[in-house]
Amino acid sequence: MTRDTRNPGDVVFEARDLKIGAIQHDGSELRIVKGVDFKVRRGEVVALIGESGSGKTTISLSALGYAKPGLSFTGGEALLLGQDVTKMTTDELRPLRGISVAYLAQSAAATFNPSIKINEQVTEAPVLHGTKTQAEANAKALDLYRALELPNPETIGERYPHQVSGGQLQRLMAAMALCGDPELLVLDEPTTALDVTTQIEVLKAFKQVIKEEGAAAIYVTHDLAVVAQIADRVVVLYNGEIKEAGPVHEIITNPVHPYTSRLMDAIRPMPEAGQGEESSDEHLRASPALEARGIDAGYGKGADGLPLVPVLRDVNVAIERGKTVGIIGESGCGKSTLARVYAGLLPASAGEIYLDGERLSPGLSGRTREQLRKVQFVYQMADTALNPRQHIRDILGRPIDFYGTAEGMTRRARVDQLLDMVELPKQFADRYPHELSGGQKQRVNLARALAANPEVVLCDEVTSALDTIVAANVIDLLNRLQRETGVSFVFISHDLSTVSSFADEIVVLYAGMVAEQGPTDRVLAPPFHPYTRLLVSSVPEPRVGWLEEAAQTREAKAGASGSVQLTKKGCPFFARCPLAIAGTCDEVDPPKIDDGSGHIIDCHRSLAELNG
Amino acid sequence: MTGLILRRLGIGLVTVLAVSLIIFFGTKILPGDAAQIRLGQEATPENVAALREKLGLDKPYWAQYLIWLKNFMTGNLGISLASDVPITNLIADRYKNTVIVSCLTALIGVPISLMLGIMAAMFPGSLYDRVLTFVSVSLVAAPEFFTATLLVLLFVFALDIGNAVVVGSTDGKGFFELIAHFALPIATLSFVIASQLIRMSRAAVLNVMSSPYIEMAILKGVPRRRIIFRHALLNAIGPIVNVVALNLAYLVTGVIVVEVYFAYPGLATLIVQGVQSRDFVLIQGLGMIFCLTYVVLMLIADIAAFASNPRLRHPK
Amino acid sequence: MSRDNTIDVPLGAHPDRLGGLSEGDKTDHFVAPFEHGISFDELPDAPPKARFRFSLTGWIGAIIVAFWLFIAVFGSFIAPYGENDLPFPDDYSEFQTPRAGALLGTDVEDRDILSRIIYGAGRTIGISFAATLLAYVLGVVLGIGAAVSGPKVDMAMSRINDAFLSLPTIMLGLVVVAAIGSSIPVLICTAGLIYATVVFRLARALGQEIMVMDFVEAAKARGEGRWWIITREIWPNAAMPLITDFGLRLIYVILFISSLSFLGLGVQPPQADWGSMVRENLGALQYGESIIPVLAPAMAIATLTVAINLVVDDVSAQAGGRLSKRL
Repeated sequence: MTRDTRNPGDVVFEARDLKIGAIQHDGSELRIVKGVDFKVRRGEVVALIGESGSGKTTISLSALGYAKPGLSFTGGEALLLGQDVTKMTTDELRPLRGISVAYLAQSAAATFNPSIKINEQVTEAPVLHGTKTQAEANAKALDLYRALELPNPETIGERYPHQVSGGQLQRLMAAMALCGDPELLVLDEPTTALDVTTQIEVLKAFKQVIKEEGAAAIYVTHDLAVVAQIADRVVVLYNGEIKEAGPVHEIITNPVHPYTSRLMDAIRPMPEAGQGEESSDEHLRASPALEARGIDAGYGKGADGLPLVPVLRDVNVAIERGKTVGIIGESGCGKSTLARVYAGLLPASAGEIYLDGERLSPGLSGRTREQLRKVQFVYQMADTALNPRQHIRDILGRPIDFYGTAEGMTRRARVDQLLDMVELPKQFADRYPHELSGGQKQRVNLARALAANPEVVLCDEVTSALDTIVAANVIDLLNRLQRETGVSFVFISHDLSTVSSFADEIVVLYAGMVAEQGPTDRVLAPPFHPYTRLLVSSVPEPRVGWLEEAAQTREAKAGASGSVQLTKKGCPFFARCPLAIAGTCDEVDPPKIDDGSGHIIDCHRSLAELNG
Repeated sequence: MTGLILRRLGIGLVTVLAVSLIIFFGTKILPGDAAQIRLGQEATPENVAALREKLGLDKPYWAQYLIWLKNFMTGNLGISLASDVPITNLIADRYKNTVIVSCLTALIGVPISLMLGIMAAMFPGSLYDRVLTFVSVSLVAAPEFFTATLLVLLFVFALDIGNAVVVGSTDGKGFFELIAHFALPIATLSFVIASQLIRMSRAAVLNVMSSPYIEMAILKGVPRRRIIFRHALLNAIGPIVNVVALNLAYLVTGVIVVEVYFAYPGLATLIVQGVQSRDFVLIQGLGMIFCLTYVVLMLIADIAAFASNPRLRHPK
Repeated sequence: MSRDNTIDVPLGAHPDRLGGLSEGDKTDHFVAPFEHGISFDELPDAPPKARFRFSLTGWIGAIIVAFWLFIAVFGSFIAPYGENDLPFPDDYSEFQTPRAGALLGTDVEDRDILSRIIYGAGRTIGISFAATLLAYVLGVVLGIGAAVSGPKVDMAMSRINDAFLSLPTIMLGLVVVAAIGSSIPVLICTAGLIYATVVFRLARALGQEIMVMDFVEAAKARGEGRWWIITREIWPNAAMPLITDFGLRLIYVILFISSLSFLGLGVQPPQADWGSMVRENLGALQYGESIIPVLAPAMAIATLTVAINLVVDDVSAQAGGRLSKRL
């Protein structure tokens, strides 16, 4: 075995038995990072991967000699270019920060000072530290804006942060970090808040710029698929300890530690075409459990009685009994709005909702208790969906009493049964929500919906706020519950791979209109609606080299810009569509192309054209 | 943003109208009749009726209200019931004292308090911060006359400087002579608004200091001074101006107690006299002046909040 | 590669070997020791909440508040004299300095200052507490009512409330006292109504904040009636911040009542009240005779209000400071 000769010019950052903890009131230490060792070399991207609480962000910040308020370095060393930054004073650190090492945060919107123009913030570090004059820094910033493919690179710096879009701001933050020519970049989940189609552009830009600048980088994320695209080496963290570390291809293809395997298993690969659940037409005989016909909806009320902010236009979606319908789309596409229309929380401005073939009142007030019981809504954030002042027993007990769904059992027995159904111990009944973890709360949230013995459960992004493994477990639970109870699920998510892994049917929403719907295997196979194709090609695959391939597709190139807005007429995807027919697509509503199997594409192009 | 300000101005105008309604009809429910009170118990019914007609008291209430409002806006505050002189004459001698004390307090108290508060926010948890916080937490809850008594105890009794009563004329006095003249009232009011201002400006700056963009500035190696003065204060100015305006509005109340305490003639002592002598024409006039000042300051506070919001200043 | 912990990297290897090896080297792949079958539980969200504990200043405040409450309740048993008794009936000189028989001296009418302060405690605290309670009953009922009502009712109630809020409190007090004269019930009602406007705004804001929470919407979606939503969903979550605010509001009411009394428009002589005691004895100060007759009652108010503030500050700081920020 040849030992590394520890060439100091080579290693940019090194953590040696690094320990970080919170000193509590009684003087004891609550250790967050429990002795971590790793190195980052020049030109190399090292990914720190782990779930919330793993200490990945805390470790990454140590490269800047920074511990979040309340935390402190309690042992070991963090060597930046050979200097231990954990032992330095703020004054000693200042010349390093922004110059030797730069930081990119998760939310650019919060990280830019709202009152200062972008360019001043981007060029601030090198100018303040005297490594560049203002003119040099401006020139560098301009180069970076161009390299990051920002629109109007000459003038974008003169804007204020709220005047540019989220994806642009995320790239501007990269420019801010790179402006001082840092040796080391620390990127903390920089694409997590972005939609998939935006993420792909930002990832591509990051990767290219890091390569061009020859910087080293620490990339913090929870997403193994992203890691596969951008990292050279991976460090897997759990509870403040390294579980596995190594080159990215080895970790991805051959995870050794059971925790890494768990992480990999939790990623659901996109089903290949034709590999989805076998669709049968048995359900076509009975009337659907819940059906939306011609729904228009939006927020606010204008003078004409129509919504001020229209969100949905002419949406027709039927939910079959005992099936799962996945509704997929990017933020702002109206998928949650659709669920709220079903539930009666937001009355539609036009169109009808049918439950068991019976027309429902658009709002809550016109629905009977029995109708309300049959359609239950599960919120994304269990934190706000569960009353913090009620015991779990009361949270679950109330719908039982209210709808009379105890089924001959005592209330207590029924609550126990519900907890059992969602795989929680009975003792949890006497706890308050804040005494549970995020995943446990989400299970209670689900159990409350089940307490009503519903026919349809509307799940609004129920796994989005959860860690990968926890989310995977919740999906398994949903699958099992459906088998056992025969309930229908409407599963709303922005994450195509999660939806496709367990939905029977998929509805693709774009800017308030249905682009495509049908059985999962049909929707995910050609012919595609152009937007579905973009979406499918944007979901990162956990394999090295995917990003480069995906970036070459015409969808990615075409989809890079363009606004996502509900149009009054025509197809809203017109502005981004590579197959758009000017004068037709933007003027005339797309026809529904039905291939007879329930697979419907709303497009002016023919199936043959869409197949290509 | 202009739209927002216009809207706020509109609301301010409606508020002023509502306030005038409250004051006018609030004092209308008082027992007694202006004409009767002015003429005294011995007046003949004919004389009373004649004066009632002259004062417009025979008209319906809403007509009286409109006349009163019109008069108020043209600077005619009516005739005092207690002393039979136009209220504008009564005010003429006194408004100077009230205005001088309020303005000097604002001029001296506000900048000092803001400086102290911002400094406390710069070194949170330091001894300086803890002492200042404790003192301001204590003072903010103490009544004005307690602070005034402490000051009298210190300056008049212990140091034997000045007087517990403000006496003498302000005519021909220069800026510093005026400060010396009203030293104790100004000091009292300054302490009272300082305790609020220090707490609130400190909180405003600390609130901004905990935002992610300040953390980012730290991680960019921006020096502490620049973080405070360029990154934090720029965003804290709105809340701070808001706090200052609120506290100046408070001076309207504080000045009443201070004038009575130090026994010098001002608008506030006049209104207290008005209440004691049930001179509701006087109460209406002065009440409107005080409330107007208050409403205008609140308006400034709100507009400051709009104006400091970059999203409103630089729309997309 | 075998699935155990001995591959390539020996256990307890020197840190240099862990991930710090040259590229292409097989030993570059580090795997931590593990046992099969162990589960990786979801990591806790946040450390558990610390139990509430008073700080030193909080304790001092609590003790002083308790002291004054005791005096307010049992004052008449403790006071050496009645509130209008003269300790030295034969001596006609006012403002006597502290001495045996009158520990804080005598006031402008030769009465024992200590006894008057003790009697005043009950009156000042009693009136203020009753007024704050009234303000809370009115403010909370109407405020939460407005929050759960439709936008039109809410709008109308809030606009009326805003008009009252835009008047300086003392000015409102003056107008009312001028209109119907001053008595203890009038004082309680006036202060109660004036401060109900502030409580209304707070309760409405809290109510609205809770109304938009998902768990309230979940209750609505379930079909729950308004009464259930108010009593079971909103109230339990609004109660805690409102109770903390009660202390703060009590301070303002005490200051308001005392200021009115100080201006001669509150509690009327010969009844003892801290605010009116300051006014009665102001002459002692203005003629330079003695400071105790003014200082003592002023100090009584200040110790009480400052102590309440210390307690409130402590409670709201530990409640995350959310409340103090909003106020």
